[in-house]
Order: sequence, then structure tokens, then C-alpha cells
Amino acid sequence: MSDTLIKNARIIDPRNQLDEVTDIYISKQRIAAIGTAPADFTPNETIDASNLWLIPGIVDLSARLREPGLEQKANIKTEAHAAASAGITTLCVPPDTDPVIDEPAVVELIHHKAKQAKQSQIVTLGALTAGLKGEQLSEMATLKKAGCVGISNSKSSINNTSILHRAFQYASTHNITIFIEAHDPYLTAGGCAHDGPIASRLGLTPIPYAAETSPIAQILELIRGTDIRVHFGRLSCARSIELINEAKASGLKVTADVAAHQLHLTEMDISSFNSQCHVMPPLRSQRDMEALRHGLESGVINSICSDHQPHELDAKQAPFPATESGISAVETLLPLTLKLVDNGQLSLTTAIASITCNPADILGLDIGHLAVGSPANLCLINPTKEWTFLSEEMLSHGKNTPFSGWNFKGKVSQTIVNGKTIFIEE
Amino acid sequence: MVNKATRPTDDLLGQDLWNIQLDEEGQLKHFLTIEGLGSNILTQILDTAESFAGVNTSIKKVPILRGKTIVNLFFEASTRTRTTFELAAKRLSADVLNMNISVSATSKGETLLDTLRNLEAMHADMFVVRHADSGTAHFIANHVAPHIRVLNAGDGSHAHPTQAMLDMFTIRRKKGADFGKLRVAIVGDILHSRVARSQIHALNTLNTGEVRVVGPKTLIPKNIEAMGVTVFHDMQQGIQDADVVIMLRLQKERMQGGLLPSEQEYFELYGLTEERLKEAKSDAIVMHPGPINRGVEIESSVADGPQSVILDQVTYGIAVRMAVMSMTLGGNIAKTNQEDAS
Repeated sequence: MSDTLIKNARIIDPRNQLDEVTDIYISKQRIAAIGTAPADFTPNETIDASNLWLIPGIVDLSARLREPGLEQKANIKTEAHAAASAGITTLCVPPDTDPVIDEPAVVELIHHKAKQAKQSQIVTLGALTAGLKGEQLSEMATLKKAGCVGISNSKSSINNTSILHRAFQYASTHNITIFIEAHDPYLTAGGCAHDGPIASRLGLTPIPYAAETSPIAQILELIRGTDIRVHFGRLSCARSIELINEAKASGLKVTADVAAHQLHLTEMDISSFNSQCHVMPPLRSQRDMEALRHGLESGVINSICSDHQPHELDAKQAPFPATESGISAVETLLPLTLKLVDNGQLSLTTAIASITCNPADILGLDIGHLAVGSPANLCLINPTKEWTFLSEEMLSHGKNTPFSGWNFKGKVSQTIVNGKTIFIEE
Repeated sequence: MVNKATRPTDDLLGQDLWNIQLDEEGQLKHFLTIEGLGSNILTQILDTAESFAGVNTSIKKVPILRGKTIVNLFFEASTRTRTTFELAAKRLSADVLNMNISVSATSKGETLLDTLRNLEAMHADMFVVRHADSGTAHFIANHVAPHIRVLNAGDGSHAHPTQAMLDMFTIRRKKGADFGKLRVAIVGDILHSRVARSQIHALNTLNTGEVRVVGPKTLIPKNIEAMGVTVFHDMQQGIQDADVVIMLRLQKERMQGGLLPSEQEYFELYGLTEERLKEAKSDAIVMHPGPINRGVEIESSVADGPQSVILDQVTYGIAVRMAVMSMTLGGNIAKTNQEDAS
């Protein structure tokens, strides 16, 4: 096994309050030391990282890789490769594959494909109910044993409140975190745009705030006074942040994330029927977008994720309401996060924490930081490189992005998983 | 549209929708929405329609679009609107092809773009499009070959600009060209109405004194005031002293989604009866885009009464559609025709 020395990097590790130019020593796939060389350390490889940043490998809380089931859109190999090129070393996959991740065989299949791809690591969320149908509990303990890092009902809703309540209790029995994408199916039905002036002008079926806030409020009441861990993903409303903030203050074990695009786009961006901006939950108002940014800085929102949803070309080539929602987003997660730092909207430490140690904590994994002894998952960034993101140059199989043509500062130059380079910029 | 540093402003928004509809010289190229078109264009449509109004009665046909092929591409059933577009095209001497495509046929297999490519291959010059999805006309205009013109005959709840222009034509004929002194009330299901949205844009662009929308909260879209209207939930107050009362069709399916309890209660609260019409000005005109639901949104005696101009709207629809077709496809010929007529 090779030992690697990375020299003169500006190492930013929010978890260990480290931000200084120094050296990092990697041995046996793990971080051996930072600063001074461990005894008997002879590197097989030395990387000069002068003028580069070194951060823990990025952890993405929600990436749909489309395999198994929707391979016309993308597959594990292509998407893990795209993620690696963007500094992501761990991808968390929601259970809405086909077949659904509600039995160990599907978990094994995904892990096997990930291993073959030799790219970013992939972890899975198991289904909260069998087939995501909201009727019968899944075998959560079995799924956990098979490697699932949490459970989720994904984009399906559980209409039967009693089932939802018991699913929470059962998951909690086995110390499993529940991942929620809060939306009320009736208030969302047929909708494709935020219930605001743009939807009213364009005649698009609106989705009100309550489609997100009322299920969040309901779940918070269901878990009131318990130690059940619930993670709310993909928030879009200012009011959701208030609810989460109140819940945290009352001692509930809740966490939250936001998709990177929600921090840069608003309902205005669909005003010319741009189907690349068709996302769920919908892009909301300027006020909501700013509240999401503040929520990150204040710590109410713990993490930024990509909410990666690659599509084939045809999925976006139709009248707006008939197009599929979602953005191919692993390649813009870091650039959009750094853009907030560049614009003075987020501190660098919070930004890095929100894509490394914070999501790792939510998944309960010993990654996302650079403590000695932890896996050597790293990302080297050239912080001054200015570049233009173009959809045609994307590595993801899905080229669906509203960010083509955007200028970014800071680009990944090398990605390392378990001490092994999986991506290096030419 | 999505931009790096700056966010699109409201101005840019209009600009964006506007650009695609006009050519480099500012002439109408596609007719997709009223939004973003200036009063000069709207007035040009009305004036051109005026010149064609005679063609409907005395002269049967003019040769403006001879040799052109117009495809009526209807993904949503409509007999009346399609018929007036067909008549308009034929009176301009164009060849007309009617395509009624059920949405289920396109959702399985052939995409909308496939359909377009096939029709382009048949050397169509213009698509008149109706579709249940908002934004369809824009989507098609963005994807057709450059020489093809697109007319929006209704897209989802977004726009129905020719209907709005025939309504403006009707108002101008009955009430005169000074919209500034008019109070117009639009009553009913604003939420789902592409007609209402286009009417609101047209009325405001033509500088109408006051535009009101009237309906229960379940049928009024959020922030509709931003489009330049005053909202009323009470019918009596809403049509008080109005010069023009526009009644919208109430779709039967609205009862299922919990938007309304029953047709009876709707008629009770928002139906236009003779008694209620007295709240409006004594010389107010009553309009309806049709087809009307007698006893649901309007009483028969009002629909057929002296203040109703509903059948005039249908007649004027042909002249207005001729105007838009000739302006978008006929180039300068339409202008010459207009000068000859005046």
C-alpha cells in the first residue's frame, strides 16, 4: 500500500478547527499525520499542493444515480465519475430506485456497482415503507444491517398518519435516522411552480408554502418529546427554517439540508418557461432564498446537497409543466457553494462544513473531516482558477442544468478516496 | 435567462417574452401572449381587424395568404375556436390542415417535437396551437424552423391572446377607442383562465381606467394584483358601475377539487342575473368567451338580452384572427390592404 505526502496545502478542516498551510501524511488508506511526519514515513508519492486548498472529501446527502431502473438517464459508473471530478467522495442515494431499496439485494447491487466503478463511494438510504407505498413498514433493521445509513420515504408521502408515527418509533428502536423530503401530496398535486406572482402570470399550477411547512409541522409534533432523529432534506421555504429552528431549540434531534440550486435561483428564473429550472420543491421567492442562505450561516440548516437528478434530453424538451423536474447537479455542488463564499453570503468555514463534516454527521459516518486515523478522503481545490461551466462539458450522463454559462472561481484539481486518487485534472 | 451576477428584473422578464414574438424590425412574428407587446402592436391588430371586418360580409376572400399552409394543431378539443381560425385562414386564401391530436397519443411514443418535425416536413408556414399545458406555444415557437410562425390558440391557463384581442375589438366597437374611461370587471374562475390573463394584459396595455377581477378566493390566483387588477370577492361590489362585465366559463370539474361546493351556490353568488346586472352602468355590455353555461355563470335572459354582445364577439373573432395571421405571415401585404381599406 502506497504512502502519500501532500505538501504545502492550505488545509481546511472545519470539524477540527484547522485552517493552515501545512503537510498531510497518508498511510494505509488513512490519514497518518498532519504537520509533522510520523516515524518511519517514506512516501511513495509526494504531491506539491502549494497554492491549493485541501478539504475533506465532499459528502453529498442526496444524489439520484438512476441505477437500477432508469439507466436511460444515467448509471452508477457515469455519475460516480462525475461526482469524483467535482470533489465528492461520498454520495448518498435515496431509495426510489426501481426496484426500490427495500430489501438487502438492492443495497448489495448498488454497493457492488459502486465498487466496480472505483469512483466516489456510495451509501444508500433504505425505504421507510415497503415499495415506498406508505402502507407497510420496511424491514429497517435488516436494511441497516445490509449497509443502509438511514431510511426515507423519498418523494412518496405517507398519508396514513398512524403508519408514519409507528415507522418513526420503529426506526428509532433501531437507532436509525429518518430522512424526510417534506411535501403534502394533495397540495403538490399537478403543481410545478411556487404559488407566487410568476405562477399566477404564467398560469402554472401553483404549489403553496404549506405543501412543505404543514408536513414538517406535523412530523415535529409526532416526534415531540422523543429522541427520534429526523433529517429534513431539500427545504425551500423561509417558514420551514423557523419551524426547524424552534424544534432544535426545544431539544429535538432534527437536522436539515438545502439543495445548492435553491441558494441561487428563484421563481423569477422560470419566467420564460425555462424547463431547466423546473425543480421540486419549486424555486420560491427572493425572500425565501435569502432566508435559506441565512439559515445556513446561522446553523439551522446543516448541509448543502446537490439533489442530483440527471435526465435524458427529452425529459426537459416539452412544455414546462410536462417536463420532468430536477437538475443534474453533482458537478455544480462545490462551485455553487464557493460562489456564496465569493459573494460574501457565507463564511468559508460554514460553507466547507456544510458539504463535509455536517452531512457526514447526519449520515453517522466517520468521514468529512481530517482527524488522524480517519479514511483519507480528500479533495484538492485550485481556489483562484476562474472557469465557465458548460453543460456540453459535463461528465454526468444528464446535461440538464440551468447553470450552463455561469462563471465560477475555484475548481477541483484532485480527488482522493481511501488514499487513492480517483480524479486528477489534466 | 438565468444569469451569473445579476438577477432578471421585471423589465427583462417582459423583454424576454417580447423578443421572441417580434422580428428585428419590431413587427409581429409569433403571437403567443399579450404580455410584452406594446399598445402600438395591439392597436395595429385592432385596426387591421377593422379593415378585414368588411371582408366577412361583402367580399368573401382576399388573396393575402395564397399559397401558404396553415396547420391548426389542436391538442385540446375545441370546435368553435378552431372553426374561426379555419375560416380566417380560408378568407385569406391559405390552405388549412386541421390536426386534432389527443394528448394520450403524444404522451406515448411520439414527442411533441417529433410531431412538429413531421408537420414541418409537410411545408407548413404557420402553426395555430392549442394545448393543455401552459407554455406550449412558447416551447413550439422556440423549436420550429425559422420561417414558421406560431399563433397561440390557448395554452393551459397561460394565454389566449386572440380571444383577448377579439374582446378588445368588441369593447372598442361598442364603447369607443378611449379605454381610459372604462371600468371592466372580469368575473369567475380567474385561476384557471388563460382568457382572463390575456384580457388583463391587453386591458392594461390599452390603458383601461380600472380592471377588476371578481370571484371566490379559491378561484383568484395569488398576487394577481401585481398584474394590475383590483380584486373583489363580492359580486355586487365587483360589478358596480362597470362599463364592461366579462363572465368566464365555469368548468364542471371545479366542483371536484374542492374549489367550489356546487353550481347552484356559485350561481347564487356569482351568476350574472338581470337583477344583478343593474349594479353595473345602465349601458354596460356583457361579454363571455363562450361556450356559455346557462344558469351556472349567466342567466339566459342576460346572455340573450339587449346588453349582451356575446355573438358579436364570435363574429369579430374571424376578423381579429385574419388580422393576426396576415400580420405574422403576410408581411407588408396586410399593411397595404389596411391602407386600401381606410
